[in-house]
Amino acid sequence: MRTVRTLTAGLLAAAAALAVAGTAAGAAFADTPSPSATTGKGGAGAESAPTEAGTGFRTATPFRPGQKATAGASSGDYLYWVLPVDAQQRVTVKANVTLPESAARHGASTWQLDVYDGLRRRQACTYGTQSRAAAKEATSVELSCTLRTVRAGAEPWANDPLPGSYYVRLTVVDLPDEDLGLPVRAAVEADVHEEGGAYAVDGALSTPLVAGTVTGSLREPEDGWSGGWWSDRWLWTAAGGVLGALAGIFGYSLTRGAGRPSRVPPGA
Amino acid sequence: MITRKRLAARACGLFAALAVGLFPASATAADGPTAKEPPKVDLVLDVSGSMRANDIDGGSRMAAAKQAFNEVIDAVPAEVQLGIRTLGADYAGDDRTLGCKDTKQLYKVGPLDRTEAKTAVATLAPTGWTPIGPALLGAAQDLEGGKATKRIVLITDGEDTCAPLDPCEVARDIAAKGIHLVIDTLGLVPDAKTRAQLTCIAEATGGTYTSVQHKAELSGRVRQLVDRAADPVVNPVATEGAKQCEGAPQLKAGLYSDRETFGEHRWYRVDVLPGQELRASVSIGADRAVNNDYGVLLRATTVHGREIVRGSEAGDGRTDVLSTGLRYPKAETDDDSGSDAKPAAETVCLQVSNSFSAPASVKTTPGMPVELTIDLVDGPDSASDAAAFGLGRGWWTLAVLVLAGLLAGLVWGWISRWRISVWRTN
Repeated sequence: MRTVRTLTAGLLAAAAALAVAGTAAGAAFADTPSPSATTGKGGAGAESAPTEAGTGFRTATPFRPGQKATAGASSGDYLYWVLPVDAQQRVTVKANVTLPESAARHGASTWQLDVYDGLRRRQACTYGTQSRAAAKEATSVELSCTLRTVRAGAEPWANDPLPGSYYVRLTVVDLPDEDLGLPVRAAVEADVHEEGGAYAVDGALSTPLVAGTVTGSLREPEDGWSGGWWSDRWLWTAAGGVLGALAGIFGYSLTRGAGRPSRVPPGA
Repeated sequence: MITRKRLAARACGLFAALAVGLFPASATAADGPTAKEPPKVDLVLDVSGSMRANDIDGGSRMAAAKQAFNEVIDAVPAEVQLGIRTLGADYAGDDRTLGCKDTKQLYKVGPLDRTEAKTAVATLAPTGWTPIGPALLGAAQDLEGGKATKRIVLITDGEDTCAPLDPCEVARDIAAKGIHLVIDTLGLVPDAKTRAQLTCIAEATGGTYTSVQHKAELSGRVRQLVDRAADPVVNPVATEGAKQCEGAPQLKAGLYSDRETFGEHRWYRVDVLPGQELRASVSIGADRAVNNDYGVLLRATTVHGREIVRGSEAGDGRTDVLSTGLRYPKAETDDDSGSDAKPAAETVCLQVSNSFSAPASVKTTPGMPVELTIDLVDGPDSASDAAAFGLGRGWWTLAVLVLAGLLAGLVWGWISRWRISVWRTN
């Protein structure tokens, strides 16, 4: 019985250690985007947020989640940015357009935010105001788009979001002709939320969907692509194994009884 | 298994780096020179009589333009080759044919001598007609040669006054030559007709249109456009798709451009080895006024016409491009035919079709710009389970495992108790 007890204690300790290590690892993984957010704001040696936008897929300006990319433009321009998104991340892209002074405008205008994946396939927004009409008196428009959680792999026939570049396009889709070409300011931000193992899938792309036209260090996330093997499923499963073993020992101790009767001499 | 793959990839990377180090000339020959060519910009300035009007911040349009030019000349990035062309600067008379030929190169496109360029600009005085079409043709000639990015910045205050030659058509024809030329237009206090014409020119070449009401806006915007020319950009290679898969151009990984008119489809061929993944995406540009609803379809088929996978997209309203893409991982073949036989590549046919339409008044030739990217990478790790590595997650998994452990323990204990009792009775 004593051996059973020590065994149980040992296993419990091991389980506790595993759990602690697990949460620590989980926390470390969940924390990864926040350092990028702080370094992205233009610390020493960090790349600073872009102040221009591209005008097409080929010229899209790269930026990182956590940075605030800004650009001066004319209303009617199509503004493109591109950012890297890894598996198990859920991105919310937010845009803010500062409209021209309302005295110069002739009516309401409708602005729209579109997100495309690395294959230039349009990605659905699960929520957020992707398109919004601004009244003539409005000074700015806020748009946002939350994508589906990015998966490490998908069937070729699926339109599921995959790790790689994501293009953001911001433009006006409806406005009076007289208001074309007036100066506007646009700002775009992307927040990344780690969704964890709930969205971990089997199978992974050999290389993320990064277009060849995206160059430089902004091709990939700050700490590289995850490779898709890690998820908290490892912790759940390992913890399940440990608990199962404990339950097994408990069950064994219930049915086995007191063990070898003490009155039987050891030699018998 | 993934770590092994990573190791292999790293080894490959190392090998590649070594190879590049050993044979630098052969490695850079493929894509080096295009990146090094300096980008070219031609500023086209309207010097017609109407530029005398005093309506930009109390000064004349001409004064605003001159000031902007001086500021831009000071701020041009070193690598940009800048030229200046004027229209309507010399002929003040009433003869239409003469007035419509009045465009000349004021400063040659090349390395910039700032004082020389400024002196040239200072001599300008508002004079003649507004021959935008001929000026654009001239500017395209100024920029001719080389594979670098080319940009025309057109600054005008009025519509074209040389009617039969529509500057919008001219712009589209220039763009269709495939010389990577973009025309940005700026209208100085534009009226409705000027605006329509300038937006049409910008739209036709993938450029932008700006309406200028203030001096500061003008110089800021021109400077931004010139800076934009200095941004490195990957230019596509021109190709021409066929009407059917047979005889279609064979494409390798890269970026391609083509033209496709309304209701047309074009075919291309790509060789995919077993174990490779084909990634293709296509963008069709709406470079003219099109009807409100439109679509694009990209299909990958076998040479026999069986569809493998497709990407499609549809939309409505104002847009610059409509794009879609597809992935086709070709399965690894079973290696039973002997290891020395090289696996045969499969020819995949790519069909690009569009459902754009245009009002009858819109010219359909040349076709709309098509941009096609082809990428060939290693195939994905095949999935054997929906969940990652078949691992479980959540309370149900824990409960099942605990229950299974408990049952196993109970049975084990029961067996051992039974064995002890058997042993005791003996």
